[in-house]
Amino acid sequence: MRKLEPRPATLKDAAFHYCAGCGHSIAHRVIAEVIHEMGIADRTIGVPPAGCAVLAYNYFDVDMTEAPHGRGAAVATGIKRAFPEGVVFTYQGDGDLAAIGTAEIIHAANRGERITAIFINNAVYGMTGGQMAPTTLLNMRTTTSPAGRDARREGYPIRVCELLAHFDGACYIERTAVNSPRNIRRTKKAVRKAFQTQIDDLGFSLVEILSPCPTNWKMKPMDAWKWIDEVMSVQYPIGVIKDTTGDTSDNAG
Amino acid sequence: MGKKQLLRGNEAVGEAAVRAGCRFYFGYPITPQNELPEYMARRMPEVGGTFIQSESELSAINMVLGASVTGARAMTSSSSPGISLKQEGISFMAAMELPGVVVNIIRGGPGLGNIAPAQSDYFQATRGGGHGDYRTIVLAPASVQELADLTHDAFDLADRYRTPVVILADGMIGQMMEPVEFRKPVVDALPEKSWALRGARNRRSRFIRSLILDVDLEEEHNWKLYRKYQRIQNNEVRWDEFMTDDAATAVVAYGTAARIAKGAIIRAREKGIPAGLFRPVTLWPFPMKQLKRLAERLKTILVFEMSTGQMLEDVKLAVEGAAPVEFHGRPGGVIPTPAEVLRVISRVHGRAAKAKQDKPG
Repeated sequence: MRKLEPRPATLKDAAFHYCAGCGHSIAHRVIAEVIHEMGIADRTIGVPPAGCAVLAYNYFDVDMTEAPHGRGAAVATGIKRAFPEGVVFTYQGDGDLAAIGTAEIIHAANRGERITAIFINNAVYGMTGGQMAPTTLLNMRTTTSPAGRDARREGYPIRVCELLAHFDGACYIERTAVNSPRNIRRTKKAVRKAFQTQIDDLGFSLVEILSPCPTNWKMKPMDAWKWIDEVMSVQYPIGVIKDTTGDTSDNAG
Repeated sequence: MGKKQLLRGNEAVGEAAVRAGCRFYFGYPITPQNELPEYMARRMPEVGGTFIQSESELSAINMVLGASVTGARAMTSSSSPGISLKQEGISFMAAMELPGVVVNIIRGGPGLGNIAPAQSDYFQATRGGGHGDYRTIVLAPASVQELADLTHDAFDLADRYRTPVVILADGMIGQMMEPVEFRKPVVDALPEKSWALRGARNRRSRFIRSLILDVDLEEEHNWKLYRKYQRIQNNEVRWDEFMTDDAATAVVAYGTAARIAKGAIIRAREKGIPAGLFRPVTLWPFPMKQLKRLAERLKTILVFEMSTGQMLEDVKLAVEGAAPVEFHGRPGGVIPTPAEVLRVISRVHGRAAKAKQDKPG
């Protein structure tokens, strides 16, 4: 076997604790590569969430600080305002960002905070054992929607990108996935552009990453990849949702 | 420096914070502390600082957490219901050993209560307030001048011990205008913070966390915090005494209640009652030993609070039965008059004197 890409210097030499087939490790790698390639490792501060990725500081070789559950955007706001030359990103799950942290992300986007939110959407609460998330699809069974999510009982899955695109302070918003080499490359481009958006002092940026959770979806990893294409991305269309950076040359059609 | 200004308490906090090197203020409107965020909204741009009116108290305290992570001096303020919301962030900051200053201009409670001055948040402030085994330093000013002085000290204490510091005042002190002199020198350079995060430049990357899954390590972290709190208890106790040298009865009161008590004590002395005042300035650490020493030569102690009796518990713990402890409280935002407190002092003192007479032998 031939090693195509060496481990980026921004990724510590540690084995991921994530489940087999989980999207977090791919997302981590993609972000670490972007930080390395952009040469910003010495001024990047990451804010991992409460959730499966809470231990992200064991993997990213950049400064990181924990935030209380859902408060990543507020913590990142405080960091960026006090350290404007920094590149500040939050890494948040769907419960963290779209349930308990809804107010924080909306107002950070609306203020046009020069931060980047990496939003991992796997449609469940992962670490706590697969409960219903705000992004859980209709009819999807979780431990707290055992009969399947029913709109009359539990409401509808929230499309975060489309929601945040309404705010004038939000400058660049894209939804990608990490379920195929093509989508992973697309994700990397999106993360790079999101970081560039804050470096260029343009406004708030967010990349939503549809990410497989085979453990809680109770699927084999390959089936989980397929499910993102066939089911999840119907509810959550992949692509650039908003771009007011003035440079749309690199956006996928 | 050296010039007296007539300032509202809430404004004095703002100016003292700026002079102490605070450049980041995050807050949310709530009465009776609105003059403070309004002052900061005007003042911060003048000194190159940042003011954000946050979307919630939760966001405000977490913005303080974020700014503190970078080594900056940061502050938030609120009044009672808003302080309840901030407890999440205060617990995290205590766990992550992050400095920060939180001002509580207490109003009547529980619930929405009212907007009148009260002292009903003593338990919340002195017992940590949020979840987990931690304490915050709690400073209780009794005048606008002291509010300004303690605000400055709060930033020094927060940095020295890497812990959140609470300024516990009430609507009376926050709203009233008094002459203030900013006596402490303006802070130009902040203390070096070797732990702060400003990018891993010429050093290895690091992280600040509160999640410690290994129970042995989490236990050690708790003991480490405990040892820090012991150091604070040994070094940072502050209190004030008034006419206690020959006192038979001492009123124990803090903040606005202490001012009212002082007026009552002066009148009691005019009536020949040997009364004095013991005023804790740090509510945590509470001046335990100092009060015990005083109690040993007193006939009786009267705890006076604008609550149903919260500091009362600390006084009883401190005194350890060395003198009988009586209580007078007015909760709900009522501001008692010195005349009312004088009546209680007279009654308590008279009862103690009579008890002595009745004692056989």
